[in-house]
Amino acid sequence: MPKSKSRSDVAFQIGTGAFGFVLIALVCGIGVILALESLPSIQKFGLGFWRTEIWDPVAGEFGALPFIWGTLYSSVLALLIATPIALGIAIFISELCPAVLRQPLVFVTELLAAIPSIVYGLWGIFVLVPAVRALETSLPDSLRKLPLFSGPPLGLGMLSAALILAIMVIPFISSISREVLKSVPPAQREGAYALGATRFEAIRAAVFYARTGIIGAVMLGFGRALGETMAVTMVIGNNPKVSVSLFAPQYTMAAVVANEFAEAADRLYLSALVEIGLVLFIITLIINSFSRLLIWSMARTEKIVAEPVETEAAA
Amino acid sequence: MNAIHKIAVAVAGAAVLVTGVAAQTQRINGAGATFPYPIYSKWFSEYNKMHPNVEINYQSIGSGGGIQQVTKETVFFGATDGPMTPDQMQAAPGKILHFPTVLGAVVPIYNLPGVSTELKFSGPVLADIFLGKVTKWNDPAIAKLNGGVTLPATDITVAHRADGSGTTYIWVDYLSKLSPEWKTKVGVATSVNWPTGVGGRGNEGVSGLVKQTPGAIGYVELIYALQNKIAYGSVMNAAGESVKASVQAVTAAAAEAAKAMPPDFRVSITNAPGKGVYPISSFTWLLLYENAKDKNQAKTMVDFVKWALTDGQKFAPDLGYAPLPEAIVKLEMAALAKIKVS
Amino acid sequence: MTATGRRKLLSSLFVGFCAGAVLLALIPLALVLFFVISQGVLSLNLAFFTHMPTPVGEAGGGMANSIVGTLILSGLAALMAVPIGVISGIYMSEYAGSRFAAAVRFAADTLNGVPSIVIGLFAYVVAVLPFKQFSAFAGGFALGLMMIPIIARTTEELLLLVPGTMREGALALGATRARAVFSVVLPAALPGIVTGVVLALARIAGETAPLLFTAFNNRFFSTSLKQPISSLTVQVYTYATGPYEDWHRQAWAGALVLVAIVLVCSLLARLATRRLERMHARG
Repeated sequence: MPKSKSRSDVAFQIGTGAFGFVLIALVCGIGVILALESLPSIQKFGLGFWRTEIWDPVAGEFGALPFIWGTLYSSVLALLIATPIALGIAIFISELCPAVLRQPLVFVTELLAAIPSIVYGLWGIFVLVPAVRALETSLPDSLRKLPLFSGPPLGLGMLSAALILAIMVIPFISSISREVLKSVPPAQREGAYALGATRFEAIRAAVFYARTGIIGAVMLGFGRALGETMAVTMVIGNNPKVSVSLFAPQYTMAAVVANEFAEAADRLYLSALVEIGLVLFIITLIINSFSRLLIWSMARTEKIVAEPVETEAAA
Repeated sequence: MNAIHKIAVAVAGAAVLVTGVAAQTQRINGAGATFPYPIYSKWFSEYNKMHPNVEINYQSIGSGGGIQQVTKETVFFGATDGPMTPDQMQAAPGKILHFPTVLGAVVPIYNLPGVSTELKFSGPVLADIFLGKVTKWNDPAIAKLNGGVTLPATDITVAHRADGSGTTYIWVDYLSKLSPEWKTKVGVATSVNWPTGVGGRGNEGVSGLVKQTPGAIGYVELIYALQNKIAYGSVMNAAGESVKASVQAVTAAAAEAAKAMPPDFRVSITNAPGKGVYPISSFTWLLLYENAKDKNQAKTMVDFVKWALTDGQKFAPDLGYAPLPEAIVKLEMAALAKIKVS
Repeated sequence: MTATGRRKLLSSLFVGFCAGAVLLALIPLALVLFFVISQGVLSLNLAFFTHMPTPVGEAGGGMANSIVGTLILSGLAALMAVPIGVISGIYMSEYAGSRFAAAVRFAADTLNGVPSIVIGLFAYVVAVLPFKQFSAFAGGFALGLMMIPIIARTTEELLLLVPGTMREGALALGATRARAVFSVVLPAALPGIVTGVVLALARIAGETAPLLFTAFNNRFFSTSLKQPISSLTVQVYTYATGPYEDWHRQAWAGALVLVAIVLVCSLLARLATRRLERMHARG
């Protein structure tokens, strides 16, 4: 069908497109500026920056290994805790719960997501950390010997950070999983039930069908956890040391930038911090893009399968 | 629609009014040390009461932040308890002058449930604790200084600054003088590579950490320990006495320095000789450009500093800071003339 | 137990697990709300809303400047984000198939995922350093960056939901594309877009990290856009990490105000969406 290329239409396209271009420019701008500011650090330390543990502003020795360790460790732990719970919630809301509960439960999960990070941090310092400290203190000595539980029971540390991250990430994963599950064609479940499946087995079939989308949802949650700053820095202890222990105070990339940025008093220090910010940007970019690809590809295959069913029904 | 329209106009009118009135106000932004934050916030508040059109907004982001932001000129003045290094002064776009404002003490705070007697520390022992070599409260090194006190076998949790801090500078400056191992291994700066411990933001953060963590030890400016009722120990000075921080003990530390004050006022008085001296004392400085671009703000700051060095000093003892010796104030008044106000 | 029995048991256990997951997630929510409300309510008095912070150690201060600051920053952010977001959204929906629209969509999703501290870093380099000034502008800019993708995607989705018949009807009557969109399609989607803006505002009102080195903080009452400005979030952060009991109480009160803002916005958005759905069902 020929489009009427009147001047107004072209102006409209260019006009609105310009704003879209602004959006693209902003994102590219962020990447470019971060890259430019990190050049001194990249030039001086190269890739070794990410393998060195020393973070010594006095000597001008900067190694970001503790931060990437802390970020990955806390986020992976958070995911391990959050994913089963988030999926359970998603499944419950979309498949199992009585219709009257659905809206309130959805609202409640939205609320979890809407609570500002600083409020979680505040609650973390005064409620979660003492509780975790009590938990750590009550651990029997035999377990304390394990590297996983070694170190003084501060409360502040990896465990508190992972718990807070998990709480913050659950609503994310849950709401996206719900959307993904919604797009599973009813035929899948109905077919399963027709074959005599229990609820568990039918849901399992649906989840299996939606697995790419759900993996995408989990990855989006991972991306969210990686970038979380305030709540984490208030409970993680801010100590740039690599440690396996859940009790040990550690540091994340986002936290070190937030804490040390205002005072990085020389070019190299500043540049090292910006490099950390740049890598954080790139990592979240990759993870978010990949996860969206997964979710999108799931939506696409589902559409292709649905069509033949509809045409057959019509015929 | 009509009612909303009216409200919008009213709000806009009010906003214009507020900004119109505010346009007469002079706003000066400063940032830096948390060490003097209690007295600075008092000073700026009092000065604002006396001169309602002067709003000096000071944010305590740590000495490192103060140095950095004044160098970048995003704030008009900085504040630090660790004097700028020659490299840092070189990096600034203009000459920056240091002006001591008060004297303060950095004290070792601790949280040891079950021990009500005040503990005694010494430089070498503190260095070993912060190096991670002494890890339990009942370590013989600590017990030796505290004869007669039953110390529990609790783990020591070291609390230090996560941000760049002049308080840190004073602390590690002292530790370096008393522990050669600390000097070579860690060194002196506003931000160091801590061998062990948890990091808190600002004096506030470290106080908070120690207060909430049984078995913790940290270092803060005296007033933070007093205002938050946290236990702090006495420290052995160069004369061999065990001295608890106080206004008199800090003043004693400054007495020697007054005699040999360098013209740029950048001097360390930790581990000062003499009797009754508290060994972890220090000046804290305001950082002002000699030739700032905004001459009006420069004039206001000079007036403020003159007030702070004279009338302002009376607020110091109540907040746990020691007033500056007369001799030093005289030298500073002369130095203030260097700042270009027109 | 028979095979069927085992399967039935497994299914019941699974259902129980899912229900348990919901309860498990409700616990931290309940705990957070409980503490924020119980601790915050105690310190919420008139002084809190009308006074400025007092010098360290003196009691009786308030967060009036922070509340106004948050409002101003949110307003600035919206001023910047709504035009860019809505019009980008219009482009993405009108030219949905084009590759440029896909690029815009990708950029919006990327911007959405950028950690808030990185946004703050960028805003510091771009909006603070060149002007040698911490300012409300810079803070609004950082928050605006975070709002843009939310508004853009919401606008796009809502415009796509508007029935094609409306657009086609307008075009059939000889309207230009611009006219069709602005006079017919956009008004139909407007309630939803406004809801999206409200939700985006609620989200950024709770942000702290982007403001740390942009809007900075200000213990005085300030409405000047070129000066540092206080905000609820940064003030709560300063108070929470400090040692003074008075500060802690005020931090809880500030947190309560933040949560109340978010709650009210979410409820409004919910009600609006419910209304919209009913309107669409009828019409």
